Formats: sequence, C-alpha cells, structure tokens
Amino acid sequence: MQKSGKIAVLGDRDSVELFVAAGADVYGASTEFEAISALKKLEADGYAVVFVTENVAALIPKQIDAIKAKPFPVVIPIPSAAGSNGFGMSGVKRDVEKAIGADILFSDSAK
Amino acid sequence: MTRLAVNPTRMELRRLKARLKTAERGHKLLKDKSDEMVRRFLSYVRENKRLREEIEEDLADAMRSFMLTRAVMSGEELKQTLCLPARTVNVRTDLENVMGVEVPVVEITENENSVDTLPYSTLSATSDLDVAVEKISTLMEKLLRLAQVEKTCNMLADEIERNRRRVNALEYVMIPQLNETIKYIVMKLDENERGALVRLMKVKSMITPDN
Repeated sequence: MQKSGKIAVLGDRDSVELFVAAGADVYGASTEFEAISALKKLEADGYAVVFVTENVAALIPKQIDAIKAKPFPVVIPIPSAAGSNGFGMSGVKRDVEKAIGADILFSDSAK
Repeated sequence: MTRLAVNPTRMELRRLKARLKTAERGHKLLKDKSDEMVRRFLSYVRENKRLREEIEEDLADAMRSFMLTRAVMSGEELKQTLCLPARTVNVRTDLENVMGVEVPVVEITENENSVDTLPYSTLSATSDLDVAVEKISTLMEKLLRLAQVEKTCNMLADEIERNRRRVNALEYVMIPQLNETIKYIVMKLDENERGALVRLMKVKSMITPDN
C-alpha cells in the first residue's frame, strides 16, 4: 500500500529555517505547549516523516514515545543549530537496552 | 509452583498433556523468533548508530555555515532568499514486514521540476549559505534513511520485549504448572489403582475360607 507523504521539520526557529532549502515544511516551536500542539497538528495533517530538533524533542519526550509504536508518522530527533545534546543517541541506546537487556553497543565505544 | 484446579481424571490428563505439547511447541517457536529478531535488530541498530553519528556531524557542519549566514544577513533578507525552494521533496511511504512487525519504508521522490541549482541569486547571499544549502540537500537522503532505520529499531525493540514476556510466561509459568498438574493427576490415578488392588486382595482373602 504505497502512499506519498510530506516531510516536516519541527524545532526552534533558528535551526529549522535551513530545511526550507531542502524542500521540507518547517514549523517553529520553542515552548512545550507550542511543540505539543504542533506535533499533534503534524500528525493530523498526515506527514510521513517529522524531524524534531533535539532541544525541542527533549521538552516533549512523552508525546514522542507515544508515537513510537505506530509506523507513521516517523518522528526522529535531529541535532539543532546549537549542536547535539545526546537526546537522539540516548534513544538508540534505550532501544538496545530494551531489546537486549544490556547495552552492548555503546559500552565498547566508551572504553 | 501451584497446580491448576482440575479434577484428577483420565480425560483431564489427556487434555492437559495435549496442552503441554502445544505450550512446549509454542515456546520453542517463540524462542526461535526472538533469536532471529535480536539478530536483525542488531544489524539495524548498528546502522542506526553509524547513520546518526554521521548525520550529527554533517548537520552540525551545515548549521554552522547557516549560522554564519545569519550573522551577515538580516532575518527578513534570509527569509526572502529561501522562500522559493528549488526543490520540493516528497516521500513515498510503504509498510514492510520484518518478523511480523509492520515497519515503515520511506523513499525519496523528487519533483520533476526540481532543479539542481541554488534557489536564489548568488548576488543576494553569502557563500556560506550556498555551502549550507548544498549540504542540507545532499543530507536529506541520509536523514530519511535514518528515519526509516530508527523507526524500525524502535518497533523491533518493542516487539522483542513483548515476545520475551511471552516466552518467559510460557517457560516459567505455563509449562511448570502443566507439568505439576499432570504429575498430580498421574499420582492420584496410580494411588486409586493401588487402592482398588488392595481392596480386591482384602476382599478375596475375606471370602476364601481360611486354611
């Protein structure tokens, strides 16, 4: 069942403006409430992929986790203009711990 | 382990034995599924980590160039420059079945009328903006790959956890319970049989005249 979808970028205004050039729709949000309502709107509008900058994603981890169980929309944290704060990597790490029971991927890189 | 509350009859024994067989078979199948899911998950999650590391680096580069532009150009100017993107990116989405989990597939489809040039006059913008725009355009494909892989990891991790619960419930609750109950019924039936035999012997010794 193929469908076509759009890409959205949600984040602080400084970071997201650049994505206009790449052809994505951008939405600015800086507070928790703005982020939650924007995410809801994006979900309702049927975006296939939503990139959320890490600093905004860190404000609304619950809402992002709630979407994780569904195939769409795909909500992915990306670093913001200020650089990465590790939110995205911690998600990967959590997945490993959940599936394997121990963190086997990041322990060897820490050594 | 507590045994099930059933009547110790032959019929019940037969039924329980059939259930035990099903449970053991289900346990083995689920365990195999779990092994395979973990194997696939590991390959996905390795890719996920690698992609994320690359993207974090590249995106930081692009953002840095963009920041330099922001410092030079005013906000309004910048908005005007970028307001007509040369390319609009759409994605084609599909569902793929990985070990019984429906995961998304995201493929990039570019518009026919998108051009591979900068969406503005080079006179009006700094070279830093050119670099940033170019980088972000090439990065889009990687970002979508990351989106697909990371979502697959998320969903596989959830499914692996659920599956492990099922395996454990069978291994540590269902199967021991059934074994215990079957043992109980067998012992009870044997005891009844011995009781009947002793009774027969006793009756026989009572009705045969003493020598």
